[in-house]
Amino acid sequence: MIEVTEKKDYRLVTNEMRLEFAAVSDNEAFARMAVSAFIAPLNPTLEELSDVKTAVSEAVTNAIIHGYGNQGSVIDRVQMNCELRGSVLMVEIIDRGVGIEDVNRAMEPLFTTRPEWERSGMGFAFMEAFMDDLEVLSEPDQGTLVRMYKKIGLGSWIVDEE
Amino acid sequence: MEEDYKVIDNYLMIKMPVEVDHHKSIDISKRADRYIVSKNVGNVVFDFERTTFMDSSGVGIILGRYKKISCFGGKVYAVHVGSRIRRILLLSGLENIVELIEN
Ligand SMILES: Nc1ncnc2c1ncn2[C@@H]1O[C@H](COP(=O)(O)OP(=O)(O)OP(=O)(O)O)[C@@H](O)[C@H]1O
Ligand SMILES: [Mg+2]
Repeated sequence: MIEVTEKKDYRLVTNEMRLEFAAVSDNEAFARMAVSAFIAPLNPTLEELSDVKTAVSEAVTNAIIHGYGNQGSVIDRVQMNCELRGSVLMVEIIDRGVGIEDVNRAMEPLFTTRPEWERSGMGFAFMEAFMDDLEVLSEPDQGTLVRMYKKIGLGSWIVDEE
Repeated sequence: MEEDYKVIDNYLMIKMPVEVDHHKSIDISKRADRYIVSKNVGNVVFDFERTTFMDSSGVGIILGRYKKISCFGGKVYAVHVGSRIRRILLLSGLENIVELIEN
């Protein structure tokens, strides 16, 4: 399920990047900076930038602490794929960790399996609130793929009119 | 970073970092708890003046300190709360337990 087998229609794709990094917490900030730089040419508003950074931070943190077990390690890997179709951003965050047994339950606000690590169960709720669309594919012992979409640059035409 | 933690009377004041994420949160919670226990502080004030980014890890820090001190009648406060942090607090329902102090 995590292998992306579908043939991609590149006619609509205007930019793409793929990153793989070690599942260590230093890379949470790195992933946020990378996605910010990727969408910078679209002139995102400060709010759009914060929205995307928060959503990516949530998914990457989940991959590290839940997928790979609290601290994560240098040999465990998180993959981040970004794609633009015009002004629509797609981000995928993929881990090959423990996976999620019941995705619907996991996505409920305030649901957490790790209250002892001070997790509050708001990660998926934030991804949902800050992005336009969210898909989660997961299988126990296989890993988890989080795919999010957001249209960027809603502010640019406002600036143009001034 | 020790200077980011100050005890004034019965209040622990914490200057939150520019970015509050999982990477930073572990250290913040640990340091805060050390002050709460060793100085016997009742209340915690989170200062977001410098903070430009916070994810659910920040919610965990606030909720965790609240759980530690509320059973002794302590309260949790937040200062310099900009629109972004306010939105995070609202979405996570924390506005019910955190008292916002107007600057
Ligand atoms: N990549 C993942 N691998 C395995 N389990 C996951 C993954 N992402 C999320 N989960 C599971 O889904 C639950 C809910 O995730 P969510 O991000 O909403 O909350 P949380 O991480 O527990 O808390 P918070 O994000 O507020 O710190 C987690 O507690 C965990 O059990
Ligand atoms: Mg989470």
